[in-house]
Amino acid sequence: MHELSIAIGIVELAEKEAIKGGGTVIESIELEIGKLSGIEIEALDFAWPIAVRGTMLANAKRTVTSPPGRAKCADCGLIFDIENLFDSCPKCNSYLKDIFQGKDLKIKAITIDG
Amino acid sequence: MCNTSTPNTIIISSPGDANVNSHHHGHEHSHSHDHSHIDGHGRVIELGKDIMQFNDVGAARNRGYFDAKEVIALNLVSSPGSGKTSILEKTLTELKEELNFYVIEGDQQTMNDADRIDALNIPVVQVNTGALCHLESDMVYEAVKKLNPKSKSVLMIENVGNLVCPSKFNLGEDYRVVIISTTEGDDKPIKYPDMFEGSDICIINKIDLLPYLSFDVEKAKDYARKVNPKLKFFEVSAITGQGMDEWYKWLKSIES
Repeated sequence: MHELSIAIGIVELAEKEAIKGGGTVIESIELEIGKLSGIEIEALDFAWPIAVRGTMLANAKRTVTSPPGRAKCADCGLIFDIENLFDSCPKCNSYLKDIFQGKDLKIKAITIDG
Repeated sequence: MCNTSTPNTIIISSPGDANVNSHHHGHEHSHSHDHSHIDGHGRVIELGKDIMQFNDVGAARNRGYFDAKEVIALNLVSSPGSGKTSILEKTLTELKEELNFYVIEGDQQTMNDADRIDALNIPVVQVNTGALCHLESDMVYEAVKKLNPKSKSVLMIENVGNLVCPSKFNLGEDYRVVIISTTEGDDKPIKYPDMFEGSDICIINKIDLLPYLSFDVEKAKDYARKVNPKLKFFEVSAITGQGMDEWYKWLKSIES
């Protein structure tokens, strides 16, 4: 359950940015959790209330977008969707690929008071 | 006033320590604020910031320290019971006259592994992660400060036995070494692809037991290569020593 560590990391980063922006309460937070990021949304849901309790995010509305995996084949250059890290290029079957979407874990935006 | 650190204590200690360093981990929060004025007319701040920076910044700091001191750091990861500590013990025993080793042992509880390394007269620090299932870069930083390694040495970081969580946490290592053993399923690499994707080396341990098991080495390697075509393999037995010479040769080549 590394999701608790990650949830606490989200809280720390969001609070730092909110304070920088002059806020005292974070009303909402937008997360991007790629399908290949290695984070289970259900596990994050479980960890979330523990991580936000008593913080600026205690009552924040959370929205999550989960971009699917996209990769470029290193051999033939085809751009394709991937569901698993071990998927091969559908055209040339190569496993050498550059995954350019779906691995990110980001705070896209926060809404603060004031 | 609300103090909401997660109740977990990380303990960093060496065998024989009188005073054990422990610190509360888990990114403590202590704030005083009023929650009552959420009015829905807030200001949006676009961030686009990487959440893992809480760990990655520390990993970069570790990496800078390792580079400056010419310390080669290896992060050893595996399921519990694959033989990480046995491989480490055998390697230290065989190579300690040739290489300067330092060891960080990560486990949820006990000093057992550090005691095993200490018995070989190798400097070791145990990190007990408590409820946490992986090492994070700041724990390694604290442990390294305690070890104070000489320059031109090899730092072995034995992560908590877990094939999932440690994959998300860069410790600033030069190489990540994933260990599987023949007593596990040969499809481990595709069941836990994140760990294999981010590793540089894959050691297949307990190779001496192959005659008694249905583990297919080539199949395991094929699966692992699907996830990470660049993986380099060593097939070893930490108990009989089979295949260990190749691993030692590689270790000596990265140190020099």
